[in-house]
Amino acid sequence: MLTFALTFGFTAMGLAMLLNIVRLVKGPDTVDRVTALDTLYINTIAVLMLVGIRIGSDIFFEAALLIAMMGFVGTVALAKHIRRGSIIE
Amino acid sequence: MIGELVVSLFILVGATFALIGSIGLVRLPDFYTRLHGPTKATTLGVGALLLASVIYFSALREGLSLHEALITLFLFMTAPVSAHLLVRAGLHHRVESRSRAPAEDHGHPDPEAPI
Amino acid sequence: MSGRAEASTKSGFKLFPHPVLTVVLVIVWLLLVNSIHPRMIVLGLGFGIAIPLFTRRFWPDHPRICRVGVLVRFVPVFIWDVVIANLQVAWLIVNFRRELRPTWVVVPLDITDPYAITTLANVISLTPGTVSSELGPGRRTLLVHSMDVDDPQALVDRIKRRYEAPLKEIFEC
Repeated sequence: MLTFALTFGFTAMGLAMLLNIVRLVKGPDTVDRVTALDTLYINTIAVLMLVGIRIGSDIFFEAALLIAMMGFVGTVALAKHIRRGSIIE
Repeated sequence: MIGELVVSLFILVGATFALIGSIGLVRLPDFYTRLHGPTKATTLGVGALLLASVIYFSALREGLSLHEALITLFLFMTAPVSAHLLVRAGLHHRVESRSRAPAEDHGHPDPEAPI
Repeated sequence: MSGRAEASTKSGFKLFPHPVLTVVLVIVWLLLVNSIHPRMIVLGLGFGIAIPLFTRRFWPDHPRICRVGVLVRFVPVFIWDVVIANLQVAWLIVNFRRELRPTWVVVPLDITDPYAITTLANVISLTPGTVSSELGPGRRTLLVHSMDVDDPQALVDRIKRRYEAPLKEIFEC
């Protein structure tokens, strides 16, 4: 049961990340690309959690937390950069 | 056994929602509607996956393990903030919108608005 | 801002300038290290006391929560709405044949407290097919983008009744 769920999970997340990359490449606008990157890092966290369940270890927790924090700061910085042309004023 | 079933259910639901969010990101017509997929579906989907991880390590392994809940909490706090900032960046860039009642009718974007 | 910060430093040294922040920091620390060993509780308390003291100047005013009862009743409504909203958005995304009707609406704000407005904007972004987009001039309106609307006025009324009214009770006495 769990094996099936994990296989489904990995497949779905892989597909989701591929779709994000499609949007990342296609654009058409910079904000679209930033949105795609934002979704991509959230999906990465999901994949890390699935890997953690698969190998039965929570060693990836810190990595996931760091990705969540850095990803958020990155999105905010990019959004501010698009709006203002500078990040720190 | 029942724990395994619950974990599997959460993984199925979470992965499905995350996938739907990403489908929305590709298929929806303009930037502002596209943003809805990632902010809602993906956040809830990943939240469900993290919950699956919490239940798995707490019920099927030894000992209570709640620290994945911290990531869920963090994602739920940051998702609306980044969506808000991205919409504002889009409005500032005058990204094309296919919505009724375009934002310009309401005096937005407000040129004086602070970040 | 500096005036207020100075006023709060002049009013005397307090060991717990933000008691709620202290509790939250201890809980977050315990979650982070994933243990409730007594020495971790002591270390967490140390951080919980030190961090509010060192960052005191960044928090010039306290968010005031007057009606805890309303807050306790609001949270389950909010969580329920988040789940329902996600099902709706998911359905709109996978239903390929349906034509979407995205709309911009302007919600006039009755609340003035910055914490209340921030909470409202975040709540709107997480619930039914809406993303809060921009605060209007003078913080009196909120521009909201919605994914699929029949009647914009009904949406505005719903946001005001369901989310703004309880937040007004919670944050403004």
